[in-house]
Amino acid sequence: MKLEAKDPVVEFHDLTVSYEKKPVLWNIDMTLPKGALVGVIGPNGAGKSTLIKSAMDLLPLASGYVRLFDQPLDEVRDRVSYVPQRESVDWDFPTTVMDVVLMGRYGKLGLFKRPRKADREVAMNCLRKVGMEAFVKRQISQLSGGQQQRVFLARALAQDADLYFMDEPFAGVDAATESAILSILRELTKQNKTVIVVHHDLQSAAEFFDWIVLLNMRLVASGPIKEVFTNELLQETYGGKLTVLAEVGELVRKREIPSREKY
Amino acid sequence: MEAVYIILTASMFSISCGLLGSFLILRKMAMLGDAISHAVLPGIVIAFLLTGSRDSMEMIAGAALLGIFTTFIIEFFHKRARLQTDAAIGVTFTWMFALGVILISVFAGQIDIDQDCVLYGEIAYVPLDLWITDGGQVLGPRALYVSAAVLIINVVFLLIGYKHLYLTTFDASFAATIGVSVSLWNYLLMGAVSMTTVAAFESVGAILVVALLVAPAATAYLLTEQMKRMLLYTVVISIIISIAGYYLAVAIDGSIAGAMVAVAGLLFALVLLFAPKQGYLTKLWKRRNLAEPTA
Repeated sequence: MKLEAKDPVVEFHDLTVSYEKKPVLWNIDMTLPKGALVGVIGPNGAGKSTLIKSAMDLLPLASGYVRLFDQPLDEVRDRVSYVPQRESVDWDFPTTVMDVVLMGRYGKLGLFKRPRKADREVAMNCLRKVGMEAFVKRQISQLSGGQQQRVFLARALAQDADLYFMDEPFAGVDAATESAILSILRELTKQNKTVIVVHHDLQSAAEFFDWIVLLNMRLVASGPIKEVFTNELLQETYGGKLTVLAEVGELVRKREIPSREKY
Repeated sequence: MEAVYIILTASMFSISCGLLGSFLILRKMAMLGDAISHAVLPGIVIAFLLTGSRDSMEMIAGAALLGIFTTFIIEFFHKRARLQTDAAIGVTFTWMFALGVILISVFAGQIDIDQDCVLYGEIAYVPLDLWITDGGQVLGPRALYVSAAVLIINVVFLLIGYKHLYLTTFDASFAATIGVSVSLWNYLLMGAVSMTTVAAFESVGAILVVALLVAPAATAYLLTEQMKRMLLYTVVISIIISIAGYYLAVAIDGSIAGAMVAVAGLLFALVLLFAPKQGYLTKLWKRRNLAEPTA
C-alpha cells in the first residue's frame, strides 16, 4: 500500500542499494510530504538506516535516485540536516559540547572561516532548546546517553535546515529526553519543516508520527499513520512475527492526540 | 653546537610526528603510522635506484607516494575484501617492508643504504652531514633544514585543514553530509604522515618514528579533553623528549633515538599514573580520600 504525498519534499525513485552485491533495499519508490513527522519503521536489518543514508549520499546506489526539494542533494545541502546514530561517534573525543554544536554552523559558514559571535549565539539558543545550556563547556565524554542525543539534536538545529534525517534519535534515551526530543521535532514540523526519523519501537511510533514508512528491504507501505499503521500491514512488515504486539495497530485509533488530517 | 643541532632536529621531527599522531590516535589509526613507516622502504629504495641520488627531497617524494599507495591498499583490503582494518594493515606493511628489504639486499652493492640505517637511524650523525653551497659556504646540518621544512609544511597543513580534519575525525558521516570530502582529507593526512615518516627515518629510524607518532600524542590525550590543548601538550612533550633524550644518551653513552623513546615511554607511564584527572594513582588516591573523610 502506497500513498503519494501531495506536497512532496523527498522523492525516492526506484532506489536499490546493495552491500557486496547483496541487496539491502529493493525498488524503493515513494514520496514524503512537507511538514510531516515521518517514522521509518521495520525490523532489524530492514534497511531503515540505509534508506536515510542513501538519501544523504553516504552510500553508493545500485540504481535509482533520491531527490530532495525536487533537486539533487548537492544543490540543497545547506537545507538538509543528518543526525547519525549516537553510537557512530567516539564520545571520548577531546571536545566540548559547544564545539560539537558549532559544527552545525560549518555547513553555512564554510570551514575556512571562524565562527562569528552570531554563530555562537545560534548554537547557544539551540542548546537552550534541548535543555543543555548548563553544559556548554562540558567535555562530551562526561555526558549521559540522553545528553549525547540532545547535543546531536542541538547540532542539527544549529544547521537551521528545512529537512531533517535522524537515525534512531530515541534509542536508549531516558523518558525526559524522549519527550523533550519529541516536542522539538513537533515544533519543527509546525514550522513546516520535514523530519524523517528511523524508529524501531512500535508502541511509541503509534504516538509520535504523522506519516509512516513501513520497510522490510522492500517498501511495504507509506502513508498517513491512520491508513498505514494497521495490524495487517505491520504483520506484513514483520513477517508475521508480531504476536506480542499484534494489537499495536489499535493504538493509533486509541491515541489521544488525533493525528492531523493534512495529508 | 652539536648538541643544539641534534636537539633542534629531533624536536622538529618529533613535533611534526606528534601533531599528525594526535589525529591518527583519535582516528584509531595509530598503527597506520607504523604501517606507513615500514611500507615506504621500497619507495625509498626505488627512488634511489631511479635517481641515483640520496637527495632527501626525491626520496621523500617517492616515499610519500608509496605511503599514500599503502593507505589506499589498506582501505581496499578493508572495504572490498572485507578484512578487518588491523589485519589489512598487518598484511600490507609487512609485505611492503619485505619488498624493501629484498630490494636493498639485491642491490646491496649499488646502494649506500643498509637495513640497520633504515631501522635504527642515527641522529648523532646529523651535525656531520652539512649542507654546503656551491660557493663553499657551510649552511649547517642538512637534516636541520629538512626537519624545519617538514615542520613548516605540517604546521601550514594543520592550520589550513584543522577544522576539516577535526570534523572528519570526530564524525565522518556528518562531515560528508555538509559537503566535506572525507576521503580527500584522509589521503592528505596520510600523505603528510608518509612525508614526515620518511623525512625522519634517516635521523631516528623507521621503528622509532612510530614511537614519536604515538607516544607524545597518547600522553597528551591522557592530560586533556580538548583537541587544541592536546596538540599543544603534544608539542611540549615532544620538545621535552628531545632534550631529555639527548642528555640521557650522553650520560649513558647510548643511542640518542633510543634514549628519546625511552624518555617518551617514561613520560607516558608517569602521566598514566599521576595525571591530574585521569591518572590511575590519582583516582585511587581521590577515592581513598572520599572513603575516609578527614576528621
